[in-house]
Amino acid sequence: MNAPMLQTRGLDKRFGSLIVAQSIEIDLPQGARHALIGPNGAGKTTLINLMTGRLRPDAGQIRLGGENISALAPEARVKRGLVRTFQINTLFPHLTALEAVTLAVCERRGQAGRWWRKLSDHKDAIDEAHEILTSLQLAADCLRPTHALAYGQQRLLEIALALATRPKVLLLDEPAAGVPQGESAELFTAIANLPKDMAVLFIEHDMNLVFRFATRIIVLVAGAVLTEGTPDEIAADPRVREVYLGSAHHG
Amino acid sequence: MPAIRTTPADTAPGPQAFLAAQTRWRLVEILFWLALLSPFFLLPTYLTLASQIAITALFALSVDLILGYAGIITLGHALFFGIGAYTAGLVAKWGWGEAISGLVLAALAAGFVGYVTGFIITRVHHLALIMITLGLGLVAVEAANSASWLTGGADGLQGVRMWKLLGTFEFDLWGYSAYGYSLGALFVFFLISRRIVHSPFGLSLRGIRENLDRMPAIGAPSRARLHKIYVISAAMAGVAGALLAQTTETVSLETLGFQRSADVVIMLILGGTGRLYGGIVGAIIFMIARDQLADMNPQYWYFWIGLLLVAVVLFLSNGILGGLDRLLPRRRGDA
Repeated sequence: MNAPMLQTRGLDKRFGSLIVAQSIEIDLPQGARHALIGPNGAGKTTLINLMTGRLRPDAGQIRLGGENISALAPEARVKRGLVRTFQINTLFPHLTALEAVTLAVCERRGQAGRWWRKLSDHKDAIDEAHEILTSLQLAADCLRPTHALAYGQQRLLEIALALATRPKVLLLDEPAAGVPQGESAELFTAIANLPKDMAVLFIEHDMNLVFRFATRIIVLVAGAVLTEGTPDEIAADPRVREVYLGSAHHG
Repeated sequence: MPAIRTTPADTAPGPQAFLAAQTRWRLVEILFWLALLSPFFLLPTYLTLASQIAITALFALSVDLILGYAGIITLGHALFFGIGAYTAGLVAKWGWGEAISGLVLAALAAGFVGYVTGFIITRVHHLALIMITLGLGLVAVEAANSASWLTGGADGLQGVRMWKLLGTFEFDLWGYSAYGYSLGALFVFFLISRRIVHSPFGLSLRGIRENLDRMPAIGAPSRARLHKIYVISAAMAGVAGALLAQTTETVSLETLGFQRSADVVIMLILGGTGRLYGGIVGAIIFMIARDQLADMNPQYWYFWIGLLLVAVVLFLSNGILGGLDRLLPRRRGDA
């Protein structure tokens, strides 16, 4: 197995007396497809916020490709390849999908601070953005403002923005949140088509998605890792059933 | 949804053409700028007012860059206008009456203060931002007031003497040179602003305005970007102030004052934010209204401006230009 791309060691975080992360140790190797599950309030999104730098841990380390990135600003972590999407659409309502993804591409190329050249002269960046949108079935609507896109398209745009940064590690925070079952096919395709060498950790409540894509599952309860294993192991674990799956059986 | 026109994918413009179309000059723009030349021929008695309008429009343009594009709400931008005015005024008073270099020095001075205050401005948002810009503006007025040995205090800066513009044009009483000069400066900085907003940097500013939370997640250093546009905007406001000082050959404390900071925001809201022309159109309406209404009713003319402001904000989506956009169905980017 490869050395882990993303690694957390002894990650602690509390809000007052509420413990939201407790000595969390996670290893995400290259090409990983790991799911992070747990009941509401288990601290899943908090963990993503800690990894990406939106929150500062009280203790512990986050390592990306062996480098300690615990002190880096969120945008610097993105530059190094640690990228997330958001559970609640966090998009640019009045930018077109094309503009939004082109912006992300320009940021990655270090061109987004340029004020002396026209955006339309950056043809490579525009083409790359359009390719990403095409691969996610968004090309036909990419000239419409984001707020005018259907909800499911906005979920895909979340992923498009992340892909434009060329992540090494991608953290998907409930990619299918709010998407009706009948409309989730494009989203599933998008996740299935993620580059094989990209390490992916996704939070998800949709067990179809979890058991379809995850090769390992991490179960988070009350800010601590309860257990980690293959989907079969997790599905068979009575403790997991008790706290999370209830009596329903999946997989 | 009648407002949104969906075009079938096969007839839609390509992504390159779509983005290129946004930066193309439109006929109405060219006509607009040609119309701004008309006071020379049609209203020669109003050239002094026209010059003041061009200066105010440049100031409004500078505010549009931060407020309309980057979402920095300010009630203290006269700080930079005033610094530019005093810089240009003092340089001329001390014996260097060359206009263009005066503008450059004013831009540098205002830009420098913008750089220093930018460290605070880019750290705060919402109400705190408004209060800090307001506070900095108030500090500047009183500092200039107490430094009367330098600024002339409440009496204003006297003894500003300009040389001939470009060694040729006298700043005359009728304002031919003044308007030509102010309009020229407005046009140059409009071209610069236009380039900025259509650049990747301009797009990233719109991104910050649209969703500050998302920007770090695509790797964008938002604070540095905001700092940069704040300095550019401050320098531009400084140039506007310098133009006023040079064309009127005096500088008053009012150039720094809260009223100027508030008026420019009113103009921008009237005209429409985030579209470059909004500030210019707003300045034209505001200044002409003030000129006309103040003749009739010098005490109460703000009553009408207030009423107009309320009506525009209530009934038009984004100022007068935003309202016009709705009436005229042609949307940008439609091929």
